[in-house]
Amino acid sequence: MKYMILIYNDPALEPAYGTPAFDAMMAGFFAANQTMAADGVLVSGEGLQGVETATSLRIRGGKAETMDGPFATTKEHLGGYYVVDVADLDAALKYAALLPAAEFGTIEVRPLMNYNPAGN
Amino acid sequence: MTAASQAIAVTRTLEAVMRNDRGRLTAALIARLRDFQLAEEVLQEAAVSALTHWGRSGLPSSPQGWLLRVALRRAIDRLRSGQRDARRAADLAVLAADEADDTEPHMIADDRLRLIFTCCHPALEPKTRVALTLRTLGGLTTVEIAGAFLDDPTAMGQRLSRAKAKIAAAGIPFAIPAPEDWAERLQSVLVVVYLIFNQGYSANPGPQPLRRDLCEEAIFLARMLDALRPGEAETEGLLALLLLTHSRHAARHMAGVSVPLAQQDRALWDAPMIAEGLALLDRAMERRAPGPFQIKAAIGALHAAPGVTDWPQIALLYDSLLRMEPTPVIRLHRAVALAEAGALEPALLLLEPLARELDDYQPFHAARADLLARAGRIAAALTAYDQAIALAGSAADASFLGIRRDAAATLRANDKTTP
Repeated sequence: MKYMILIYNDPALEPAYGTPAFDAMMAGFFAANQTMAADGVLVSGEGLQGVETATSLRIRGGKAETMDGPFATTKEHLGGYYVVDVADLDAALKYAALLPAAEFGTIEVRPLMNYNPAGN
Repeated sequence: MTAASQAIAVTRTLEAVMRNDRGRLTAALIARLRDFQLAEEVLQEAAVSALTHWGRSGLPSSPQGWLLRVALRRAIDRLRSGQRDARRAADLAVLAADEADDTEPHMIADDRLRLIFTCCHPALEPKTRVALTLRTLGGLTTVEIAGAFLDDPTAMGQRLSRAKAKIAAAGIPFAIPAPEDWAERLQSVLVVVYLIFNQGYSANPGPQPLRRDLCEEAIFLARMLDALRPGEAETEGLLALLLLTHSRHAARHMAGVSVPLAQQDRALWDAPMIAEGLALLDRAMERRAPGPFQIKAAIGALHAAPGVTDWPQIALLYDSLLRMEPTPVIRLHRAVALAEAGALEPALLLLEPLARELDDYQPFHAARADLLARAGRIAAALTAYDQAIALAGSAADASFLGIRRDAAATLRANDKTTP
């Protein structure tokens, strides 16, 4: 099964760039990437730039409305994601727990929609 | 045998099998079908057709094997009528192989351990874990579970359907947890069983008791866990705790009023149940793998001991428990034990910081009222009793608290008459 691992965190709680805590976080992400790749479960994964770079769009009455900022104004923002292909939820949660962001943010794990139930 | 007595025999056998072996049959079906909803539905259909078939052709040699076979055949029919694709075809082949087995009950692989870990998975809400465990392993109906929680049956039905749908869609495994997760996941299962017991324990002892007693259901589940995976100190600890607590059930209420432990008629305690609990606790402690349920059982054992209750020892056990479960409720129990051991004023001081977190918790106000009354602070005690009575979950508890409150009020009245 494929799962998306969504990383939500509050930038204010994130270790600051240039501190040893920041280096430890990056090393943690790197180690997690290595493990996922070595286990052959990593489908994709990206980090996102800060929420201040976000632009939202919706089409209402055929007219595109573009807005500065993220869709939801919450403290914790989507900061990045992984897609892993593993046997079950327990396996997906195990990889999610490897991510350093779990210690200061929240990781959400959701199965991807399966458009091909035959699995071939 | 007349047709009528035959029909009665069939109904009785079917009821007994569906009560005693439902968990096992459901687990066996889920193991093969990987689908909670489908497993439950086809087992129900098999039970319905058993009534007709057994009535006509007599009881099969293995009613359990018959039900499993017919349920699997139903599942195959359903899958066939759905979309045909590669995976379904493979499923069918596996199912057909299973179907060919003329399975005797003891030959049906026991998959209940895997099933309970799925039902108690941390990805489900705690209340859902309790409900799903009662439904699939205990075999309670949705209406019975709703009744136990004083919930609306429709809402409970929706909760159970959502849970089954999430298990399927989110890929919650039907598996024994990995060794590195074992201890934590077992604890999660034991907590569910403990919650089931507590739900039964705190239920209102009305004139019409529930058809299925949740305390006994929890003991059944703890025994099942102990049998399926013997040698787990915490499972033994939980079972010991449940037995030691349940041994007092006949003495807990008198004329609709709760009777506190110290005033219970010990002749009403179930001595064999206490003996079994103590033996289990000894066995658990010898494994040198301490855990919260063993400590709670040890506290229960001290309460069950004859003679004067060893409150200093109980307070020490709460100290250990607090290191494992630093919760306000454990702090409350520890303070009460200290008060009973003689440290009344320090205990009252320990209660103060808990007031905010336990404001909605009846036992907090009841315990505080009791300690305040003993310390001679009657006005404060009466206020605390009023808060406790307002929060009482059962009429029996409210009656008991009312009697205590009146006793404290009398103290004050007497106090006023003395200059």
